[in-house]
Amino acid sequence: MHNFEFVKPSTVADAVQALAAEEAQPLSGGQTLIPSMKARLNAPEVLVSLMGIAEMQGIRHEGDMLEVGAATTHARVATEAAAAFPGLAGLAAQIGDPAVRNRGTLGGSLANNDPSACYPAAALGTGAVIVTNAREIAADDFFLGMFTTALDEDEIITSVRFPIPQKSAYGKFLQPASRFALTGVFVAKYADGVRVAVTGASENGVFRWSEAEAALASDFSAEALSGLSCPADDMIADLHGSAAYRAHLVAVMTRRAVVAAS
Amino acid sequence: MPKDDGIGASTKRREDTRFLTGNGKYTDDINLRGQAYVHFLRSDVAHGRITSIDSTAAEAMDGVLKVFTAADFEAAGGLPCGWQVTDRHGQPMQEPKHPILAEGKVRHVGDPIAAVVAETYEQARDAAEAIEVDIEELEAVVDMVEALEEGATKVHDDLSSNLCYDWGFVEENKDAVNEAFDKAAHVVSLELTNNRLVANPMEPRVAVGDYDPWGDSHTLYTTSQNPHVIRLLMGAFVLNIPEHKLRVVAPDVGGGFGSKIYHYAEEAFCTYAAKVLKRPVKWTSSRAEAFISDAHGRDHKTKIDLALDADHNFMAIRTETYANMGAYLSTFAPSIPTWLHGTLMAGNYRTPLIYVNVKAVFTNTVPVDAYRGAGRPEATFQLERLIDKAARELGVDPIALRRQNFIKADQFPYQTPVAVVYDTGNYDATMDKMLDLADYANFDKRVEESKARGKLRGFGIAHYIEACGIAPSNLVGQLGARAGLYESASVRVNATGSISVYTGSHSHGQGHETTFAQVVAEMIGVDANSIEIHHGDTSNTPMGMGTYGSRSLAVGGSAIVKATNKVIDKAKKIAAHLLEAAPEDIELKDGKFSVAGTDKSVDWSGVTLAAYVPHNYPLEDLEPGLEETAFYDPSNFTFPSGAYGCEIELDPETGKIDVLRFIAADDFGNIVNPMIVEGQVHGGLAQGIGQALLENCVYDDQGQLLSGSYMDYAMPRADDVRGFVVDHSCVTPCTHNPLGVKGCGEAGAIGSPPAVVNAAIDALHRAGHTHVTHIDMPLTPARVWAAMQA
Ligand SMILES: Cc1cc2nc3c(=O)[nH]c(=O)nc-3n(C[C@H](O)[C@H](O)[C@H](O)COP(=O)(O)OP(=O)(O)OC[C@H]3O[C@@H](n4cnc5c(N)ncnc54)[C@H](O)[C@@H]3O)c2cc1C
Repeated sequence: MHNFEFVKPSTVADAVQALAAEEAQPLSGGQTLIPSMKARLNAPEVLVSLMGIAEMQGIRHEGDMLEVGAATTHARVATEAAAAFPGLAGLAAQIGDPAVRNRGTLGGSLANNDPSACYPAAALGTGAVIVTNAREIAADDFFLGMFTTALDEDEIITSVRFPIPQKSAYGKFLQPASRFALTGVFVAKYADGVRVAVTGASENGVFRWSEAEAALASDFSAEALSGLSCPADDMIADLHGSAAYRAHLVAVMTRRAVVAAS
Repeated sequence: MPKDDGIGASTKRREDTRFLTGNGKYTDDINLRGQAYVHFLRSDVAHGRITSIDSTAAEAMDGVLKVFTAADFEAAGGLPCGWQVTDRHGQPMQEPKHPILAEGKVRHVGDPIAAVVAETYEQARDAAEAIEVDIEELEAVVDMVEALEEGATKVHDDLSSNLCYDWGFVEENKDAVNEAFDKAAHVVSLELTNNRLVANPMEPRVAVGDYDPWGDSHTLYTTSQNPHVIRLLMGAFVLNIPEHKLRVVAPDVGGGFGSKIYHYAEEAFCTYAAKVLKRPVKWTSSRAEAFISDAHGRDHKTKIDLALDADHNFMAIRTETYANMGAYLSTFAPSIPTWLHGTLMAGNYRTPLIYVNVKAVFTNTVPVDAYRGAGRPEATFQLERLIDKAARELGVDPIALRRQNFIKADQFPYQTPVAVVYDTGNYDATMDKMLDLADYANFDKRVEESKARGKLRGFGIAHYIEACGIAPSNLVGQLGARAGLYESASVRVNATGSISVYTGSHSHGQGHETTFAQVVAEMIGVDANSIEIHHGDTSNTPMGMGTYGSRSLAVGGSAIVKATNKVIDKAKKIAAHLLEAAPEDIELKDGKFSVAGTDKSVDWSGVTLAAYVPHNYPLEDLEPGLEETAFYDPSNFTFPSGAYGCEIELDPETGKIDVLRFIAADDFGNIVNPMIVEGQVHGGLAQGIGQALLENCVYDDQGQLLSGSYMDYAMPRADDVRGFVVDHSCVTPCTHNPLGVKGCGEAGAIGSPPAVVNAAIDALHRAGHTHVTHIDMPLTPARVWAAMQA
């Protein structure tokens, strides 16, 4: 790891200011950034920790909206969101291991947009709003492909507003080594429709499976999905599975998520 | 009832207090005054010619003491290979030089090109990035079959081809084997891969070199399973340092699984650089570095055929194996696919004719050597998969087919057609035990129960034999070993009766400090807590060969027994003097010497004190002191065996396999510490199940390692390896060592992979997927699903 400066501001405004420095980068739970620095794949000169900012912490439940501070750990979401939004809490509880869940954060996960990460499926699968220091971004506009998002340079996510669905669940099939999602599907049923977001499978990162959404909108059951298959064209192929296997898993995990949500 | 710290007791491991409280002393905990740090610049291409190395900028950087390249090692030898295999035509194997730092060419990703020594580790790493290396990339040799094709790119320009050797065993049987196949009523064949594995001990490798200019003497602290072997190889063959000027210390070692047997470049580097720089030099491997510099394991491609007569008796076995050596010959690499593999092809069966052909191949990959089981898992996997396939093709019960061909309990000692003589065993007994513990009788009910939940249940069987407790030195010498395989022990009794034992074995997790003390405590009848076991330092232990091949208790323990017997003999003479009796009349029981048939006695400590304060002592006949050394050279291997049963559930929608229960019924002969044995089996099973379902070391066709971290190399986790039922109540004691013990360290990893795969095939067949006759390991969900679709 190269040397770096470390600052820990206590307000979003101070964080934004600190990030204006040359080669500065936000640090949240560090579960992605620190390993990449240790491997010398990333060498920021200034690390701006977001963990000391009170307004970025915690969970607020307002009506049919759950707002989660971007620096809230997966472990907190797994317990504190369980009553209001069990689908989201269930997803958080399946991320990594206890050590990762006690450090890793929602904001870090979304900003990183790993194609195999879990949270992007929940954000896209609920049509969440990504709140930053500068603006609000609809999830549909936020994820721009593997490791790419709509965030501008030095823009930080401060919170995420999740519309709470009537029913929801996350079906995760583990990549055997990393235990990230080989394929994960978040299914959410709302009064006005169903959203299905798939992570881990596509070369383009998280995506919505619109055929499944349409089928489930009229009949929210596993049977409604029978015969539906997801095309394998853009799917990831690697040592853990072929494109065809991932496409197959999309259908299986969608069905399982629907059953779990019902 | 065993004594609570004698033979047969599940004494808690005394070393665990130290390990579990973070107080173990590992090599990385050693920090010497003035220590500098080395970072190795390693090749990121698999094969290439080094056209230039410019380290001027690096040398000028902060904290840099020196940048070393191959030019600094012109006077040094290459890393030696400890075993010479002779090929089918009587020719020695091809043996390329293995330099400390790459000479002219890089031959695998991870091959060290240069080494920077600096004041701090980070400075060394920074400077390594500033070294300019020009490499003309060459075509990478990755596939073993292509590597042997006419005109293939050569890994070593100075060898005639990429073939290390073409070995036939037993060559004289070849024609007879082929004839048996011509006459056979049934022939069953299988092509399979034994997947390449990375050992992944919890503690990565570390080396600290130290040099004392006043005594011109060297000390190397290293993560080794066998410090004496490292001293011999490095001192005599690489750096030309005589033994009395070289001390090698391996303190607590956090796992090895074979990967810490070998002499590695980093050890020689640190030892040498410490002298050049007159400062201690330390290297600590990162996990990423371990993936590209620790020797890998397995990596065989095999075609095996079995000939059966009309009554399903095995007539002959014939195999053709390609074994990957990697880019260089690691210390014991050539012996693994040959003498540790071919000699096991008889398994537990009376197969009269066997021919094993092995082509060992150089490729642009990390060197491959022994990994837990070493050759024997490869043999067992082939046999036990093939027998299962045969049973299926012949429509007979796989258990019955095995039993029919078993060597029976009354047929021992049994001479196999592949050189070894099994001394004891009772394979029907272990099979019965396993089936009983597995509740096999009710398995069909459980199949239905799974089916109701949409899951496929399968039960897989394997019966293994293992030759371990290596090995008779004269025999392995004939087979090409360049070392002896005896073990040593010194038992030093102190004046007040406490005992210090110095063993040439080395524990890297096996619990020797506990087990060996139990043996001595039992023999003398003293409290085990009065006995301390010392290992790992060449300056105080007698020359010993270390720990691997499940040899520590069988060979090292036997040396301790021998030395302890010598101590007891002498102590009896002292006691006889003190009690004014004849030595033949002295009995030792519960730490007390008495004259048979009288009430005259003297305590152990009375005798030991007399030995060191010899006032009333037969000085004319007996030297003072009580300390004896013994070397034990085994007269045969030990042959543990066992029946393994694996019950799995397979999710037909995703292809995911869950191991529900794993039953291991082993015959390890006599047991000193049942708890430690159980732990050894658990560890072996975890690694065997890991190989069968998860672990896979994969290179792409450019020789890049695709599974170079835990993001892609799947290690078994606790929830992957559950439901173990371990039994070792079937006992046929080893006939040729004093404790009657057999090795237990590798068994789990040897017997379990075929049981897991057989279970998967069983589940698929029960559900009608009869076209699936084999799936190569690891049986990942993706592979199982793909096989079901085919
Ligand atoms: C062993 C292990 C297992 C894991 N398993 C899973 C898994 O199963 N599923 C899964 O989804 N994830 C998994 N992860 C990832 C983990 O859950 C974190 O979500 C992820 O590492 C990112 O969150 P973080 O808080 O650690 O971010 P950091 O590592 O601190 O930052 C990640 C990136 O985001 C940027 N960043 C951080 N916060 C913000 C912000 N608020 N605004 C803008 N940019 C920001 C940083 O600059 C950096 O580029 C695993 C990680 C590990 C180490």
